[in-house]
Order: sequence, then structure tokens, then C-alpha cells
Amino acid sequence: MGGSESEVRQVRLVAHFPGVNNTTVWSDPASLSQIDFSSFEHLARTAERGRFDYLFLAEGLRLREHQGLIHDLDVVGRPDTLTVLAALASVTDHLGLAGTLSTTYNEPYELARQLATLDHLSGGRAAWNAVTSSDAFTGENFRRGGYLDHADRYERASSFVRAVRAFWDAAGEGAGGTGAGTARHHDRFFDIEARPTLPRAPQGQPVVIQAGDSPQGRDFAAASADVVFSRHGGFEEGKAFYADVKRRVRAHGRDPESLLIMPGVTYTVGDTAAEADEKALHVRYQQVSGQTAIRFLESVWGRDLSDHDPEGPLPDADPVAGDTGITRGRTRLVRDPAATVREWRELAEAKRLNIRDLVVEVSARQTFVGTPESVAADIVTHVRERASDGFVLVPHITPGGLDEFVDRVVPLLQERRALRAEYTGATLRENLGLPPR
Amino acid sequence: MPYPLHIGAALDGVEDPFDLASYAGAARLAEEAALDFVALDDSLTGADRPDALLTLAAVAPLTGRIGLVPTVTTTHTEPFHVAKAVASLDHASLGRAGWRVEVSRTEADARAVGRRGTAPDAALWAEAEAVADVASRLWDSWQDDAEIRDTATGRFVDRERLHYVDFEGPGWSVRGPSITPRPPQGHPLVVVRADGEPSLRAAATTADVVLVAPATLGGARASRARVREAVAEAGRDPERVPVLADVNVFLDPDRPGPSRALSGLTHTGSPGALAETLLEWGRVVDGFTVRPSSAAADLPVFAERVLPLLRASGAFRGEYAEDTLRARFGLPRPANRYAPA
Repeated sequence: MGGSESEVRQVRLVAHFPGVNNTTVWSDPASLSQIDFSSFEHLARTAERGRFDYLFLAEGLRLREHQGLIHDLDVVGRPDTLTVLAALASVTDHLGLAGTLSTTYNEPYELARQLATLDHLSGGRAAWNAVTSSDAFTGENFRRGGYLDHADRYERASSFVRAVRAFWDAAGEGAGGTGAGTARHHDRFFDIEARPTLPRAPQGQPVVIQAGDSPQGRDFAAASADVVFSRHGGFEEGKAFYADVKRRVRAHGRDPESLLIMPGVTYTVGDTAAEADEKALHVRYQQVSGQTAIRFLESVWGRDLSDHDPEGPLPDADPVAGDTGITRGRTRLVRDPAATVREWRELAEAKRLNIRDLVVEVSARQTFVGTPESVAADIVTHVRERASDGFVLVPHITPGGLDEFVDRVVPLLQERRALRAEYTGATLRENLGLPPR
Repeated sequence: MPYPLHIGAALDGVEDPFDLASYAGAARLAEEAALDFVALDDSLTGADRPDALLTLAAVAPLTGRIGLVPTVTTTHTEPFHVAKAVASLDHASLGRAGWRVEVSRTEADARAVGRRGTAPDAALWAEAEAVADVASRLWDSWQDDAEIRDTATGRFVDRERLHYVDFEGPGWSVRGPSITPRPPQGHPLVVVRADGEPSLRAAATTADVVLVAPATLGGARASRARVREAVAEAGRDPERVPVLADVNVFLDPDRPGPSRALSGLTHTGSPGALAETLLEWGRVVDGFTVRPSSAAADLPVFAERVLPLLRASGAFRGEYAEDTLRARFGLPRPANRYAPA
């Protein structure tokens, strides 16, 4: 972050491929394949044109279910994360290539080798979002199967990441990988050893991202991650999260600048503020179909509400307490259904909202809505005021959902010297301004 | 054998095994020569090389017609990950993916993963067969028309067209459905190297193409006969399962020949003599996997000085006719086992 641009804090940008949830609008005529490589290539090339730091792919391990049936209202299905990232290495030159890969349903040696391969193929652009998963539902697709005790999740994940780093560090520095050592990792989770088959990766260690939000998850990230993918895109909550995590980074004896905090955000731009608001509301109704609104209520009420009219009033019945298992493959949306339902009834009463209106009202708004000028200004402000180091932009249309941002907002960020005009680093790690490791 | 032959090229001998440009250059050369496929070996810890499937995934956007056949091991890997990775290679290459099913035999591989020790070949190949089986079920777990985008009912997919596979493997199970929709070929090409009784059995039940490495013409004839017999015993049509012989080639007069004994036919010498050998062997096998000692040195000579002689004899194609790898091997796009008839 030095040099001639030191007066303006640099904004880091990430392009998130639209995911399998109702943020992604599949009903729009502009919405193309979620699977074809051409969609991934389009988003990657757009992100690289916009001088983004990296492209981000989530991971799928089990199709989501609702009431014991495959959830059919949102986008379903995606290709294998690593395979797509490897193919994208061939159609981009500077863009980082990041993927979520579970520490529960992979093995450290194999994953270390795959990520090292991606780093070599891409000339130093690989990144890994290390997540934990623990439910027996997902485990039904894997050898490991079964449930992982919640208390063990981060300990095992931490052990996993240390093992991966040990394999990366054992790689040989000499030509063709000569001089590789044998890495050994023995603890209560793993008993493994191997000599890496690839030379040291161009980045040394590929970039490691973490997304934990609980105190334990934040500490896990603060201890060793390069980037935190946060859910706190708002200004005040962003500042609180940022300060908390950076404090934890310092407590671990690390330079706070050696970890970047990147919230996931959505955006809508328009020629005027009013037009942007109107577009944003239209998108939210696209995201919340009548059927989606009913399913959303079912996940809060914990019961079947399929006989309700989305254009009608809220259900009279009370929510079912406890974990009803009505939705699987994602976490239950609210912690205290009874309290939430009370609030929503009051809100619906006060604003005369039907079910669908209410769900639009209470579900997430776009983070940045406005003219290109105001969105650019907001982004710069968030980064300047340390509510974040940049953003993971989650478009709602595949694959063209970032085109408008890159065409209209990126040039304004560049004018303000908050975003690079050209890539300057040789690797993703360098472009992110992260220390070597 | 009726010509024409099937000929693939192994890319293991590229100049720099950690540089994408080396693979891309060799694959493009093979594609210009209209070869059936390029192949890349793999094992977890065996040799100094990158992950083969990811490497060929990176080659996919840089090529347009040639098949891509990475070796994928089944012993310590997750069947669910393997199935979606191969399916995704097929999506990324628009129907050009295959995979060579392989097992991990070594203590080093077992210790790298730490889940269990080594096992006898028969057990490893029984598991490999199960992995190939569950992979094809996972590919079928999405009917081709599962994605409906029906705005009237708000449904993106028709879940009646998505299927649980509920597969029980040796010591593991997979519930399904796959996370990845059915690949363009339906089932990417399954390749098995028959180098012993257990792998021969697996080849007979699951392979679309079988690889062998006989050292002599008589051995080649016998190898193919053994494969065909096993395929027939498994209740399949041997005419539909081509057998390809390995040919190690050293065509560059400035480079040394093999420094150690290689399995299979090894040719050092002139391109003309190699063409003669291949034409002769091509009467007893269905084709070859050419293994250049140096992709950069040997592959151009093979393309420029050997293939024209084969073409002159009607033994090899001049250009591609089919779009998918399966079609190139005369295989139809398979029906989906879960789709209503």
C-alpha cells in the first residue's frame, strides 16, 4: 500500500460468482448458465478488466433440502470449485483465483497439492477459503461421514490448515522441486507425512481466507489467515468487526495490516438516486418470489405453510420452537423464532404488508444503492474509515452482474486513485499487499 | 483390426512439468495432429508432478477438439469429489473429458492421507470399480432436463428429475445427488490400464477404453485377446471396448534412448521405422498411447513424419469428425439410468 498512492487507502475488490441462494436471480432474461465455463470466463474477464484482486467461488457438497425435499426455488448446482479455477487460470493473467474448500471433507495433503498445482498453473494466483462444516447431512456424501462435534470444529480446522502449510513449506526450492523435505503432522486429528511432489509455489504459500464470525472463528482467522471474508458490510457494524478482528490480530503478535477484512456486499446503480432505489426494489422482488417468501417463512415458523397465499396476511399459527430440521444444508435463519414472529406481525400490521412484501422488507437490502458517483464515494469512505479493506461483490445476475460496476464505478474509483489502474504485483499475494510467507 | 486407429499422446514428458505453457503447447500440437486425446499420469506422492486433472482443466480452454484424459486415483480420494471434478472437466471442455481410473498402492500414499494402510490389489481394484460405478450414478443423478427455470411455479429445478444414488461402497457410502449437473457427454470416457488380474477385471466391467503395455507383437495380440475375453465374460460387447498399446518413442537423434527399462513397446530410431511398426501393430490392437520421451522434441517429429505415413495407409484420420471424446470412440451418449423410459 505504499508508493505514490499512499495518501488514498487502496480498495481491494473481489468478484463472487453468484451462489445457490436467493440473492441470485435466475428468472431475469439476462441470467445465463450457472454451469457453463463461458459464464465463469465472462465474470473472470470482467473482474480482471476492473482490476479486481480475485474471483471467488463457493463450494457445494450437498444439495440443500427443505422439508426433506431438494430445495427447488433457488439456483441449484455448480461445477467443482478447483476444476473451474484451474480452467480460469488459462483465460486470465493477473486475477487471483479463490475457492472455498472444506477442511472437514478434504484431506490436508491432497488439498495442499491441489492448491500448489493451481498456484503453479496460474503463476501465483491461488487462494483458499478454509471453512469448517460439521453436519451429518453433508457427511452423507463423504467417506468421513458423520457429525463433527461443534467444539472440535475449529481445532480440527486449525490442525488441517497447519498441516497444509507444512506441506507447502516442505516443497523444494531448487529447480524442478529438488530439495523437498518430508512434512510430518501428528496430532489427535491427523497422523500424516509426505514429501511434496511440486516445487515451492510461486506465492510461497497461497493466500488463505477465512470466514468465521463467532469469537472462536475470529480468533482462528486472526491467528493465521491472510484475508477475512466477513458478513459485516454495513458501515457501523463493519467498523466494529474491523476493530475487533484487527485487535485480535495484534494480540497474536501479527502486523494488523497483514490481514485484510473483506465483507460480502451487493450493489445496485442507477442514473439517479431515485432510479437506483427503484431498481433495487425491483431486484428484491425478483429475489423473493411468492414461493420463496412462503419457504422463507416456513424456515422461521418451522412448519409447513404451503397453504398460505404469499399475497395474503401472515400466518396466525405460532412458530415451532427448537431445531425442526425443516431446512437442511444451511443454518436456520433466526435464533429466536417467537420474538422474530412477534416483530414481523407488528411490522406487517403497521405497514400493511402481505407475506411477500414483508419478506422483501425484512430480508437483506443491497449494501450500496445509488449513482455510480455515490457508490464509489461510499466504497472509498468505508475503506478510508476502516469499516473494511475492500469488498467481495456479490452480483445477482450470472454472468453479467458485474459489468455495470466495472464500466461505471471502477473508473471513478480509479480517478480517485483508490483502485489500481494496472496490476503491479507478480502474484495475488503481492497485489493484495500481503507479506510473503 | 480395421483401420483407422485411435492414437493418444501422453504428456508426462513435457519440458517443464510445473509450467502450464509446456502442457498447452504439447496439447495444441497433438490437437493439430488430430490425435484422439492427451493423457497425463498422476499419483499422490509417486513422482514430481502436479495434479493431473487440474492441469488438464487448465489446458481445456486453450484447446478445442482434443480429448483430455487425466489419471485420477480412487484409493484415498473422495468418490463424490472425483465424480464432480471429472464432470466439471467435461463441462469446461464441452464434452472432451475422460479419466484413467487408478489405485494407490504405496505406503507413501497411504501415509500422506493417513486414513488407512495399504491393501492388496484385489481390494484396491474392487474399490476402484465401486468409485467408477458411483461416479456414473452421480453423473446420472441429474437428468439432462432437470433445470427448468419455471417462473410460473418459481422453481429453478424439477426435483423429480434429481435422484439420490444411495450407493454403498466398501466402507463408505454416498447419498447424492451430485452437486454438478450431468456432464455434456453424459458419462465422460472411462479408461483403465489392465496391468494385472484385478485391474483387468475392473477394466472388463467399467472401461470404455483399455490400455495395455505389451513389449512384442505377439504379446500385443495376446493382451488384446485377454481383454476382449474378460469384457465378454463381464457381459459386455468387446467390439465396443478398444484396446490401446503403449508406445514409448525416442525420435530425436540428438537425445539418448531410454535410461531404464520401460514397459511396453519402445521405439528408438527413424520416424519411418516407427510408422512401419505402428502399421504392423495396428493390425492386432485398436490403437496406441504414444509416450514421447520429450514432448517438445518427439511430438513434432511424430506429427510431421510418422502420422503422414499412417494417413497414407488409411490408418489414421486427417482431421476431426466428432465433437465429443465418446463419439470419437464410437460410443453413444448413454441413456440416464434414472430417467423414465
